Amino acid sequence: MREKKERTPLLDVQGLSVSFSMYERGLQKKDLEVLHKLSLGVYPGEILAVVGSSGSGKSILAHAVMGILPGNARVKGEIHYRGELLDKERQEALRGKEIAFIPQSLAYLDPLMRVDRQVIGIRGTKEKQEAAFARYHLGKEVERMYPFQLSGGMARRVLISTAVMEEARLIVADEPTPGLHEEVAMETLRDFRQLADEGCGVLLITHDIDLAFQVADRIAVFYAGTIVEIAPVTDFLAGKEALRHPYSKAFIDALPQNSFKPIEGFQPYAGSLPEGCLFAPRCSACSKECAGEMEMRRIRDGEVRCVHAT
Amino acid sequence: MSRSRYIAGTVFRMLTLLAAVSVLSFVLVTSSPIDPLTAYIGTNSTLSQEARDEITEHWGLDDPPVERFTAWAGNFLKGDWGTSIAFKKPVKTVIKERFSYSVVLMLIAWTFSGVLGFLAGIFAAVRKGSLWDKAIKVFCLALQSAPTFWVGLLVLSLFAVQLGWFPIGLAAPMGKLAQDVTLEDRIWHLVLPSLTLGVLGISKITLYTRQKLIEIMDSGFILFAKARGEDTAQLVLRHGIRNIALPAVTVQFAAFSELFGGIALAESVFSYPGIGSALTTAGLSGDVPLLLGIAVFSAVFVFTGNLIANILYGLLDPRIKEGRADG
Ligand SMILES: Nc1ncnc2c1ncn2[C@@H]1O[C@H](COP(=O)(O)OP(=O)(O)OP(=O)(O)O)[C@@H](O)[C@H]1O
Ligand code: SF4
Ligand SMILES: [Mg+2]
Repeated sequence: MREKKERTPLLDVQGLSVSFSMYERGLQKKDLEVLHKLSLGVYPGEILAVVGSSGSGKSILAHAVMGILPGNARVKGEIHYRGELLDKERQEALRGKEIAFIPQSLAYLDPLMRVDRQVIGIRGTKEKQEAAFARYHLGKEVERMYPFQLSGGMARRVLISTAVMEEARLIVADEPTPGLHEEVAMETLRDFRQLADEGCGVLLITHDIDLAFQVADRIAVFYAGTIVEIAPVTDFLAGKEALRHPYSKAFIDALPQNSFKPIEGFQPYAGSLPEGCLFAPRCSACSKECAGEMEMRRIRDGEVRCVHAT
Repeated sequence: MSRSRYIAGTVFRMLTLLAAVSVLSFVLVTSSPIDPLTAYIGTNSTLSQEARDEITEHWGLDDPPVERFTAWAGNFLKGDWGTSIAFKKPVKTVIKERFSYSVVLMLIAWTFSGVLGFLAGIFAAVRKGSLWDKAIKVFCLALQSAPTFWVGLLVLSLFAVQLGWFPIGLAAPMGKLAQDVTLEDRIWHLVLPSLTLGVLGISKITLYTRQKLIEIMDSGFILFAKARGEDTAQLVLRHGIRNIALPAVTVQFAAFSELFGGIALAESVFSYPGIGSALTTAGLSGDVPLLLGIAVFSAVFVFTGNLIANILYGLLDPRIKEGRADG
């Protein structure tokens, strides 16, 4: 099931930077870069899990792929979908058809529209909606509810149901599992796994690293607005020695099932980033080579953004 | 909050409002320099001193203010609103007659400004930043700071005087007998005053709708709908209007107070025989009973507007309606 991938990625993000123009004190305009030269690929048939601490830019990545960034956002770099540039027109044509999105929170539901109409959207059908609700254990009474009447777990399942209205090839899921019972969460991810096995690609943003370990093929680690490492899930399961970047090693180490040792220091704020390697202020292996521009390098079947990585 | 407590609270607020409005209006009219007697008989009247005293006595003009007010309030509560000095008719009759003219005018203006303003606001918000949007915004801001009588005079001089399309004033052709006045005459005379009043009310609702829709178009549920393939028209029709309609209707009902304020001036400019021009007459002739009557009446009117807005919200917003049913 997790064997060979096709050569052209379904989704190919190259050197993506996103900045917001903001007004600082008075009328001084300032660009705040929140994603920095980020690259990743999602292949047909695979689940790429994206992990990283809060505020590292995971949702911004998802929104950039969907083309729903706010008006004050500026995007640099390129996103390709099935080998062709995914520009604004193509995003508009494909989203809701080939590309499905599961947003992070309940606030993404229209507060004044009943849930069934909302799930059906403009392309779904009543039958599909009923099937999805049955699939995710949503009772008949939920159909006529408004979002404010849903519990957190119900809302999450409603959001997931929207994604199966469409025959998507690529699913961008922004933290689809919090608030769900463990079995339901697992079931949802197994659905993703099945979709992937049928040839879909899934970009799965998650905080639930254990679940990611169970279903993902590869894991990308986010730090301060960029990806510091992408590696096969087996490397993560093998433990920190198998990983490449000091931050991903520390990240794995900080998990409860490992040493549960927090990483010292804080993720830098987007407005005051260090020169060179973004992890340098917290890295014990930091040396003067780390001051330069940090490029993504391929090492042992994975990619890493660290000069000393082996 | 339980329903009966809500009703009790509303009634209590209504009563305190009416008491405050009538006391305040009474203080204002009685302290105004206009002498009702002089206003009534004219400045160079030859009426004898005895006759003057008799009228003063009859109206109770020389009684202490507190006594006059309590006498008025007592009668008012019994249903006797007194007699208008200026119109020489019972206050109730004057208000009924005049209001039947005004209510048509207000209804037309209110509906016109509500519908057109709502649509213009949506249009401006969808085209945010375009030339159209800017033009609509400037137009609204200009109107908002323009005095009613000025706009009225402008409309009057353009459409009635210069172009001659509509009559200059009144509610029916001058000199025509009441029974000969046709519906067409009535409509003809309504156009300019309601246009003036409507145009004045339009900016608030337009700017409000525009602002609210712009805010909503940035919200998460719009982004999500977009991510699911909806285009701008679908976003506005399926989600935008749904989310702004209720607050917009509320604002429009709450604008009843401005409508009443505008009508006094608009009717004066067009000599339209409604309640607004009756109010002006009452003020200029120190007609205390009529003034108090209209003040109380308009307070009830405005209060009702706000009340309808609140009730509508409870009936139409599922978050309130079904939230109550659940709880
Ligand atoms: N519209 C915006 N304008 C300016 N900055 C923004 C905007 N939206 C997000 N940011 C900033 O971008 C950074 C990344 O935010 P993002 O929501 O992508 O984080 P995240 O990784 O998804 O976090 P979480 O795990 O909490 O969901 C944050 O520092 C946030 O403050
Ligand atoms: S580049 Fe240097 S500072 Fe950055 S993670 Fe690697 S060793 Fe640490
Ligand atoms: Mg997020």
